[in-house]
Amino acid sequence: MKQRRAQPALDANDPPTASKAVLVLIVDDFADNREMYSQFLEFSGFRVAEAQNGHEALEKAFALRPDLIVMDLSLPGLDGWEATRRLKADDRTRTTPVIALTGHALAGHSKGAMDAGCDAFITKPCLPERLLEEIKSMLKGRPDSPERGR
Amino acid sequence: MRPHAGLRTTPRRRAKVEPSDRLKLAEALLGSDDLATCAQRALDWLGRTAGITRALCLVGDADSVTLLRPVATLGVRGRNVTAFTLDLEAHNDPLVAATIGFGASVFGTNGRPAPSTPLQGTRLVAVPLHGRHTLEEYPVGLLLVTPSDDDGETEARWVASLLGPRLTSLRAAARREEGERRILRERTLLYSIINAVTDPILLTDTEGRITVANARAEALLSAGEDESEGRRRAVALNNMLFSSALTRRAIEGAEPWRHELLLVDPVDGSDLLFELLSTVTVDPREGTGIVSILRNVTDLRRATQEIEENYRKLRLAETDARTERDRLDLIIDSVADPILVTDPNANIVMMNAPAERLFTADPDAGEEARRTVQANDAHFSSFVSNLFFEPGAMRRSGSIGLVDPRTGAPLPVEAISGKIVSEHGEVTAVVTILHDRTQELEREHLYEQLKRASSELEQKVREATAELTRQNELLRRSHFEIEQASAAKSQFLANMSHEFRTPLNAILGYTSMLLKGVTGDLTPHQRRNLERVDSNAHHLLAIINDILDISRIEAGKMPLTVSRFDLKDLVAEVLAEVEPIISRSRLAVTSEQAADVPPLKTDRQKVKQIVINFLTNAIKFTPQGSVEVRTEYVATRDEIAVVVADTGIGISPADRDRIFEDFRQADNSPTREYTGAGLGLAICRRLAGMLDGTITLDSEVGRGSTFTLLVPREVKRA
Repeated sequence: MKQRRAQPALDANDPPTASKAVLVLIVDDFADNREMYSQFLEFSGFRVAEAQNGHEALEKAFALRPDLIVMDLSLPGLDGWEATRRLKADDRTRTTPVIALTGHALAGHSKGAMDAGCDAFITKPCLPERLLEEIKSMLKGRPDSPERGR
Repeated sequence: MRPHAGLRTTPRRRAKVEPSDRLKLAEALLGSDDLATCAQRALDWLGRTAGITRALCLVGDADSVTLLRPVATLGVRGRNVTAFTLDLEAHNDPLVAATIGFGASVFGTNGRPAPSTPLQGTRLVAVPLHGRHTLEEYPVGLLLVTPSDDDGETEARWVASLLGPRLTSLRAAARREEGERRILRERTLLYSIINAVTDPILLTDTEGRITVANARAEALLSAGEDESEGRRRAVALNNMLFSSALTRRAIEGAEPWRHELLLVDPVDGSDLLFELLSTVTVDPREGTGIVSILRNVTDLRRATQEIEENYRKLRLAETDARTERDRLDLIIDSVADPILVTDPNANIVMMNAPAERLFTADPDAGEEARRTVQANDAHFSSFVSNLFFEPGAMRRSGSIGLVDPRTGAPLPVEAISGKIVSEHGEVTAVVTILHDRTQELEREHLYEQLKRASSELEQKVREATAELTRQNELLRRSHFEIEQASAAKSQFLANMSHEFRTPLNAILGYTSMLLKGVTGDLTPHQRRNLERVDSNAHHLLAIINDILDISRIEAGKMPLTVSRFDLKDLVAEVLAEVEPIISRSRLAVTSEQAADVPPLKTDRQKVKQIVINFLTNAIKFTPQGSVEVRTEYVATRDEIAVVVADTGIGISPADRDRIFEDFRQADNSPTREYTGAGLGLAICRRLAGMLDGTITLDSEVGRGSTFTLLVPREVKRA
């Protein structure tokens, strides 16, 4: 059973434009992983929003308009592939980069993720530093990238 | 001549004849070689000197001495003179008597009437003209005069005595001449005959010198100076051969003698075979000679040879035919089956030895055997007769129940008869072959038994096959179940892997964050412990990854991603990645790359994984010394070799195969010195297999190991 933990620093009601810091949406049904990445990204200067399933991911994405989404593919209910497809089909989130994250190392997962519209694919286990590297690489060139700020 | 002398009508005494007149006559007679001229001069002299007015001189022909004809006349002429002849064979003629006798005969006096002559005088003197020696049977002629007085008669006798020898001698000369002419003619004729003969004819002396040769002989045996060199030499050779043949001939005796003589045709140089027939002739005057006739038998010889050859062939053919027949007889006799030939009346005309045993009885055989033979014959005849009565059929086969005359045992036979038909469609004979069916019947019996046994066996086999099919089905099902189980295992492992990764991800993540001081500073003790957690979590992840790799390969889910790349870059990349371990090891790690290594077309990631494994293993099992990475191109096999050689602990021969097995290390004991799941080489072996490559190991305990990866330059699979 997944346990709902304390919300991150950024509330879903906050307007996306309130802060200059980059907003990353972490979607993972396993709370320990989700919160680990959240902690590390916040520590690294990002704003972080979390979602624990596909539906929640879509809601938050449309509402918060994150700069980037980290999407675990194995999700209860609406899975990561389908969520990504819907995000990429919607004008509001079409250009938002999506990094797929999965514990399955089989080839089918990677290809399916790319087909669904994911922009990058990372296999678990993925150390927080590794995820950070990937996020920075995706956001390279953006003026509000934390890298620039540091 | 005195013209008036003949006009005197009265006899008168004339002056005596002068000796000079006589001499003149003698000279006149000697001065002419002609018979008639001599006679005429003599008559003229008589008329002139002896007062004789009419005279006639008859002389025998050179051809026919008994028929006298007038050759000269005096005072008479005309047809009755030229037609007047005297046949000395007519003995009752008084003139003939006068001619044959000696001395002059006087007619017209003393009652001897003058015979009828063209002279027509009352007094006729006939003087025969004899030769001097009267050697000849008949006188040469007869002088008839009608003298006017006794002196005339005397002068006539004197003239006759002079004329006779002269005419005789002249006629002899004429006859001799004639004879010579005839001889010459005959000789010419003879030569032309000899020359006309196509066979060479020669007369030689005993030394072989040619006396006479006809044209053909000359062509062979004589050559002029103007002839060609070849022809002269051929002639010289012929002469030598001929002489030598004749010399032998002279030695061998006088009988006519035949000999074969090979000469050369001077014209074309071909061989000519002659039959030399020579005879010795002995001539009183010419001496001993040899007459040789050469008969050209070249063609004859050839014909003879051909005949001989044909005869020889005929003999050979005859021998062959006889041999053939003997062989045929032998074959027929050696056929174990009886063979019989019957005429259209079903009488046996020929049979082989096996047939004889069935159809003839020994004279000393018993009554029983004879009856058996008769019965056999009857059976056989009946069978063959049936074929004769079937006009259309050419063959007939059937069974006949015969009996062996020697043993009395029944002998069932299969008879096959065939008609032999002449050119005119008549059946001339029937050939029958009998085949003993005893064994066949036995075989049939055996075959029946065999068939029964076989069908029993077949039934058993069918049952066994059914059983086998059932077992196979069971096996197939269990195989399917095993496959399913295997797939389930792979799926399970994949799932397990996922389930392991999710918590491991959290462990590694939080550990990393703690070590990075995300949650604040750590005491050194905490940090050390946390590093151990981190290290063990990483090791656990490595094991999980290895297990996942093996299960993916076994489940066929390990994809092959073929690309074109440079081995040099790959090795550099590996060395860079392994650099942290290298620097910790303090080993001398070098790389040596052959310049001729072409770009590869295979799965880069898998090659890299293998090389990393080789290298990390080498570093791990080498306490001190060096590790070398080499690349080579094996052009003959179009393969690339990556060699990793170390100076480490080495692997004993007994362990060399085991290290490639799953979860194996050379030292598999619980107290082993080196850590690791022991899956690395097992995975490498599988990966190399996917690339159609191999891994070889060369090692010596205590000295080091050399691992070599050999992969095709281009992987064949898609």
